[in-house]
Amino acid sequence: MFCLSAFLLFLIGIAPPESLLVKDNPNDQGQAIVITWTHPTPESVLGYRIYRSLFPETGFMPVNIELITKTEHLDSDSALRNNTPYYYFVRAYSETDSAQSQIAGPVLPRAQWFNSSRLNVLILTTAISAFFLYYITKARRGTKMFIRKISGLDAIDEALGRATELGKPILFSFGLGYITDMVVISALPLLRRIAKKSAEYAVRLIVPNSDPIVMTAAQETVKEAYTEAGRPDLYNADNISFLTSDQFGYAAGVDGIILRERPGAIFWLGYFYAESLILAETGHTVGAIQLAGTTETTQLPFFVAACDYTMIGEEIYAASCYLKPEPAMLGTIKGEDLIKLILIVLISTVVVIGTVGTILGEKLPFLSQMFNAVVNWLTPPS
Amino acid sequence: MLNRSLPLLIVLFTALLLIVAFFIPHKPFGDLESRFLNWYAIISGFTFLLGLDSLTRHHLLKVFRQEKGWFYSLLLVISLFATLGLGLYSWFKFSSPFALRAPFMWLYKYMIIPLQATMFATLAFFIFSAAYRAFRVRNLAATLLLIAACLVMLGNVPLGGSIWRYLSQFVHLIFPQFDLTTLYRVELFALLKDWLLAIPQAAAGRGIGIGLALGGIAMALRIILGIERTYLSS
Repeated sequence: MFCLSAFLLFLIGIAPPESLLVKDNPNDQGQAIVITWTHPTPESVLGYRIYRSLFPETGFMPVNIELITKTEHLDSDSALRNNTPYYYFVRAYSETDSAQSQIAGPVLPRAQWFNSSRLNVLILTTAISAFFLYYITKARRGTKMFIRKISGLDAIDEALGRATELGKPILFSFGLGYITDMVVISALPLLRRIAKKSAEYAVRLIVPNSDPIVMTAAQETVKEAYTEAGRPDLYNADNISFLTSDQFGYAAGVDGIILRERPGAIFWLGYFYAESLILAETGHTVGAIQLAGTTETTQLPFFVAACDYTMIGEEIYAASCYLKPEPAMLGTIKGEDLIKLILIVLISTVVVIGTVGTILGEKLPFLSQMFNAVVNWLTPPS
Repeated sequence: MLNRSLPLLIVLFTALLLIVAFFIPHKPFGDLESRFLNWYAIISGFTFLLGLDSLTRHHLLKVFRQEKGWFYSLLLVISLFATLGLGLYSWFKFSSPFALRAPFMWLYKYMIIPLQATMFATLAFFIFSAAYRAFRVRNLAATLLLIAACLVMLGNVPLGGSIWRYLSQFVHLIFPQFDLTTLYRVELFALLKDWLLAIPQAAAGRGIGIGLALGGIAMALRIILGIERTYLSS
């Protein structure tokens, strides 16, 4: 049977690609064309080569040198010019033969002024921001806001007090965070608070860093805190030093500092990866009181297991509001809580609709359709 | 006044520009994010000189003052400059420090990678000691944690499958209506592990994730609007 089809193929030759469609790639800054086609006997095809020209009949040049096996291709050659007409055809190759499709075009690559695939993000971000702005305005008008107790933040003074009593230094680490990480920015006010207290108690503060920009920010923060506390003489830039940007090199360096200096209190506030437990367990072995906070959810269980206090989830983002409860700052926390409530209601409703829709699929098909529509709208395009 | 308001204005302008660029692919907005990231990479490249200065100064001072452990500091400084020297030599000799035959790559392959792997390997022992403390049965939460952890462990290792095969025989003895071959195929521990990871663990993780996303937006708004100024100098 195989021999017969191969013989027939040899006699009649390979069929040309069909239904060639060329269109501008949507939601980009131009210079990209999407080419799709079909083939009646794809099993006979070894691969395809796409040809492009500025003219409808002549001047076609290959777009790809290596044959492609898919029936879709994105031509994003940097030589493509926006708003210029292009023509394409596709040639299918077999072991012995080749055949080309009809010429398709003209197609003009264009740049779009709005990325329509991000419309859902725009709507949700605007709605969420509107809530925040409403509560910030409300708080500024004098409405009293309440922030719940965050035991991790309350424990800062306890940890500092213990280190002072023991006459041991304090260690603060941002982990492998960069200054572009939100968690590092939210940890800076905490460092300021800790530095101020350590200056008041005349306790040495050590801040080993993995990023030079974070080191500079930390040095500035500590220096200002020491000045605020009236003890600029205690500030020593050498205590806020750079170690290495290598993950395990940093872990080894910090472990070494912990074992040599034996700090009384350790603060792990920043971005941590696999080294989190290596650090926190070493801190535990020297008997330090440890407080951790990270937005890296995979590392939270390690900190919970090894540290005395752990700030979970967005608690670290709320730290500056907690330490400095200004009305506008608290307004954002209140807004966050309300959005959470709305999301809980929305998610529960959609889950109920989806479940009932699956159970009563035939009787109430619109429920499943509604569920799928919501999920598709929220799912980012691949 | 300008010292305080100028950085806030720069933050506001940059943030608005990047937000707009996220929704507009047309030039000049389309490639703004990557352009800004390139600028950041260039600046951070230069700041490594600051890091180098901090590191060498810290350790050289230790060496000159003959402080405790000064020998290790000396070793660090020698290693640092030897690596730099080998990198430069490889660059001149092989056009790139990352060329396969370059001595810099030899250093990376036979010294840095094994050192990193050794440090990473210590994690296993730290996990063991942390797990011992975390899983001690002190209250209901710790007990649940212990049970869940045991089930996940049994579901992940071949031993779990073997235990289930023995257990299936008991189940078959008590309830003969359950076919033994079917019971073998059920792989209860693996099923429980998958369920624990896919349902309760994923639900908790997503809850934290939603909170983090909202907290991030709130924090970003506070910074953009100049409400959050704690990261700035006073």
